[in-house]
Amino acid sequence: MQAFDYVRARSIDEAVLNLREPSTRCLAGGTNLLDLMKGDIETPVRIVDINRLPLNEIVPTADGGLRIGALVRNSDLANHRYVRERYPLLSRALLAGASPQLRNMATVGGNLLQRTRCYYFYDTAYAACNKRRPGSGCAAREGYNRIHAIFGASPQCVATNPSDMSVALLALDAFVDVRSARGSRRIPLTDFHRLPGSTPERDTNLDRDELIVGVILPPSRFGGRVDYLKVRDRASYAFALVSVATGLRVVDGRVADARVTLGGVAHKPWRAEAAERALIGRPLNNETIAAASDAAVVGAIPLRDNAFKVDLARRTVARSLRNAGAVA
Amino acid sequence: MNDNNDDSFNEGTYKIIGQPIDRTDGRLKVTGAARYAAEFTLPRLCHAVLVQSTVPSARITRLDTRDAERSPGVLLVLTHLNAPALPQRGRAAVNPPAGRVMSLLQDDVVNYNGQPIAVVVADTFERATAAASRIQAMYTPQTSTLDFASAKRAPHAPATQGRAPSETSWGDFAAGVAAGEVKIDAVYTTPMEHHNPMEPHATVASWDGDQLLLYDSTQYVSGVRSTVAKTLGIPLDKVRVVSPFVGGGFGCKGSTWSHVVLAAMASRKLQRPVKLVLARPQMFGPVGGRPQTEQHIVLAARRDGTLTAMRHDVISHTSQIEDFTEPSSAPTRMLYACPNGATSQRLASLNVGTPTFQRAPGLSTGTFALEVAMDELAYALAIDPLELRLRNYADAEPQSGKPFTSKYLRDCYRDAATRFGWARRNPAPRSMQSGRYLIGWGLGTATFPAHSQPAAALATMLPDGSALVQSGTQDLGTGAYTVMTQIAAEALGLPLEKVRFELGDTSLPPAPVSGGSMTSASVGPAVLSACNALRQKVIMQAIRDERSPVKGLTPAQVTIDNGVLMSTVDPQRREELAAFLGRRGSPLVASGDAAPDAEEEKRYAAHSFGAVFAEVRIDQELGEIRVPRIVATYDVGRRLNAKTAMSQLRGGIVWGVSLALFEHSVLDRQTGRIVNSNLAEYHVPVNADIGRLEVAFIDEPDNRFTALGARGIGEIGITGVGGALCNAVYHATGRRIRDLPITLDQVV
Ligand SMILES: Cc1cc2nc3c(=O)[nH]c(=O)nc-3n(C[C@H](O)[C@H](O)[C@H](O)COP(=O)(O)OP(=O)(O)OC[C@H]3O[C@@H](n4cnc5c(N)ncnc54)[C@H](O)[C@@H]3O)c2cc1C
Ligand code: SF4
Repeated sequence: MQAFDYVRARSIDEAVLNLREPSTRCLAGGTNLLDLMKGDIETPVRIVDINRLPLNEIVPTADGGLRIGALVRNSDLANHRYVRERYPLLSRALLAGASPQLRNMATVGGNLLQRTRCYYFYDTAYAACNKRRPGSGCAAREGYNRIHAIFGASPQCVATNPSDMSVALLALDAFVDVRSARGSRRIPLTDFHRLPGSTPERDTNLDRDELIVGVILPPSRFGGRVDYLKVRDRASYAFALVSVATGLRVVDGRVADARVTLGGVAHKPWRAEAAERALIGRPLNNETIAAASDAAVVGAIPLRDNAFKVDLARRTVARSLRNAGAVA
Repeated sequence: MNDNNDDSFNEGTYKIIGQPIDRTDGRLKVTGAARYAAEFTLPRLCHAVLVQSTVPSARITRLDTRDAERSPGVLLVLTHLNAPALPQRGRAAVNPPAGRVMSLLQDDVVNYNGQPIAVVVADTFERATAAASRIQAMYTPQTSTLDFASAKRAPHAPATQGRAPSETSWGDFAAGVAAGEVKIDAVYTTPMEHHNPMEPHATVASWDGDQLLLYDSTQYVSGVRSTVAKTLGIPLDKVRVVSPFVGGGFGCKGSTWSHVVLAAMASRKLQRPVKLVLARPQMFGPVGGRPQTEQHIVLAARRDGTLTAMRHDVISHTSQIEDFTEPSSAPTRMLYACPNGATSQRLASLNVGTPTFQRAPGLSTGTFALEVAMDELAYALAIDPLELRLRNYADAEPQSGKPFTSKYLRDCYRDAATRFGWARRNPAPRSMQSGRYLIGWGLGTATFPAHSQPAAALATMLPDGSALVQSGTQDLGTGAYTVMTQIAAEALGLPLEKVRFELGDTSLPPAPVSGGSMTSASVGPAVLSACNALRQKVIMQAIRDERSPVKGLTPAQVTIDNGVLMSTVDPQRREELAAFLGRRGSPLVASGDAAPDAEEEKRYAAHSFGAVFAEVRIDQELGEIRVPRIVATYDVGRRLNAKTAMSQLRGGIVWGVSLALFEHSVLDRQTGRIVNSNLAEYHVPVNADIGRLEVAFIDEPDNRFTALGARGIGEIGITGVGGALCNAVYHATGRRIRDLPITLDQVV
């Protein structure tokens, strides 16, 4: 870790003013940022502690949705009554992540911005990591890449986004509310995280001077026909090899609306639109589920050590659809 | 095996030994009052950080330390360019386990990735860490070997390790194979692993003139002392090593690794106390780990299941600088009654840090391979796996022909099988399903040799009627403090709370390494002997004391019970021990020692045994493997403390689950770095991975092995579990997986 300056923001305005300064990061729960700083992966010269900002409320919106402050802790969000009742998918995704201790610290904003768990990104002894040092190469391509991407990767980076929460937020069509000294904007979750392309150093479309103030959930369309299924190497406290968030709306025995999003497979939470298309308009039976789960993995490009993920993703989508639709 | 069989108290009628006493140091630990090595703060203490190589094989051509030296708070940057020259370039011979080939900045050669190449010392830990990141090393790469598959094509035979030869044979293997009607011939592999005790290695080094004091997290205070003294070229009595608490060792703290000596070197140079604590990623390389193994097993048997030949050839990896052997063939040398056999151990050298002893070296990995091979044989013969083991039950060690000091493995099998419900097992693979889950039941045999070594202890009766008992042994969290207190209290006739036990200091009487599961069996008898001697001394004094109610009795007519001196013939003649000692005013001291009986060792083989039955539940579609229950019964001799013994076995089984399903240090093919060198990615089981563990014991004391009847319990728990789980996975899925760890992608 390198020495840094520490300021505690007393207001949102003060926070965004500070974020205009170069090499400045906000500190929320610190569960990711501090690890990155200890490993010299991130070396900000200034830390803006935002923990005292009034961004920890969960408020229903006029249209029946929910506004979640950026500093709401993952545990509080998962266990909030509204969330458990109206967005059980989000609650389950949150509880599938990390450990109780981490969830007690981790915030919504920090979770959205948590960085990849690519081994080579975390070990600065590897010179080659485009995400850490643009233009330096990618050690994971030729290295051990069991946990890496099967969708949307680029020659420059094959890392995955590790968040569980974001996979659920994507399925729920959430928005991210951001503020900067330049103004405010609202970014749909689909556009929040990026594919690596030739600029893997950028995980998201959030600008360096922008502060996440909250997440907006539109009214839930799926009711209880949802599922979050996370497959991992141990029963708890491990990142997803593959995770699937499913939301279904079934009208007159046919799927009227569907969201199928995947975690652990791409540089961003991955929406399986082909699977959704294979579902909509069809009765939710084993045949439809097979077609949709096959469709979910079309176009997957595995690396040397993660070929198993393709079939695992297909099976996980199928199981999640059956869970959500209560199909035996 | 101990000859100090003192009949002054009646074995078998112990009041305190064996009881499930809570840890005597438990309160200190949960309140944070127990001080671990890194918590010893001395005046002017400064902080050292280890800098490691980032290449596997090279010469250092340039080491730019200027930035680091100019960093705030930096006091010293020690490299091969300015490190003091050590006698024999730092390779003064001390045998393992204490002495290992260390990396002490004596030259520019890099032999593995993660090798210490510099030490940065600053006034704070944070400043030392920041400065350490500013050191730039330039290398001329040398050829490196990182691929086990190619290195194993040119393996070498290790120099004999300990007492176990690297090659053995008995009977006539070829004839045995010819006599067999069914043969199994298969290769099993286990991966590289790293111990990762909760407390990382930590050392505080401090010089007072020419006297060195080390607070170190170690399994072997005497070993650290002799290694450091020899390596620095100073007399043994100039080094004192203190280690009152250890937050887990599991073998990696049985040796003295580079950082200990480097801390002493830095401290001497600075003339200030220096603290050096390894960061978690530094636990993966310079301080040992379990080597990866490839084990080739051949079994031949007659149709009735009688083994006619066994062969177990093992290749494990080692480093380029030292041979370390994972003796996985060990169980084949002793477990089954087979007239013909052969085993061998070979090494493949890689550019990695030297591997070392990790809980149940050889037996953990070896029982996996052997017990899976036995399962394969059982299926090939269509004989129940348990029945096959009973048909080949060894009443004497097959290779040596020696009888066992005591062996109740048959009882273990029977007890655990009954509790598990093994008789209800349908042997056909995939036959036991429950909804979307495949259920599998598997069996593995656990075993670990019983060891003991010479040890000494000192017992002091204080005027207040309490006793201080001391030995320079260690408590790794296993319960040694508690068990030794129990032995001392029992022998002295004192209540537990009147006995204080001290350990972990080279100024105390010497004891062996706390490894090989031998602390109880080595130190226990020494404590017993010291305390017996002390009690005799007290009684001798008492019967001569004018004012004592036992005055004039013979020693045999006097006993001490629960802190009361009394006549065995007339219980009315009694007096509080404290009253007598208070009158006397001065402490009474006795020393004791114990050593294994060489004659007995020649005549008998001493091993612990157990039977492990495991159930797995596998999601057919997703491959996730769960372990709802493990039922195991052990024959470990007398349990000295029922509670700590249970903890050792349960903890061992958990690690067995870890060996079978989780642990794997992944070596990067290009650089030889451990890819998953942190606890987020180096997986061990979490609570949710562990189902019911039902552990039972056959409580038969092994009085041929020690006066106390105890064998070790520290390591056997991890053995047999890998085999049991792997066999259960086969039973569930019909897939024979021979490579650990078994992960979900292997079973779908
Ligand atoms: C061992 C381990 C296991 C884990 N397992 C899982 C898992 O299984 N699933 C999972 O989803 N996650 C897992 N996590 C990750 C965890 O969820 C994240 O670390 C956490 O959500 C980050 O939140 P935080 O508030 O601590 O963020 P911080 O560490 O404080 O911040 C992270 C980043 O976000 C920025 N930031 C934070 N808040 C804002 C804001 N309001 N506006 C702008 N920028 C902001 C910070 O500057 C920093 O760059 C795990 C973490 C660990 C350490
Ligand atoms: S996959 Fe991305 S994060 Fe990982 S090494 Fe390559 S560039 Fe870096």
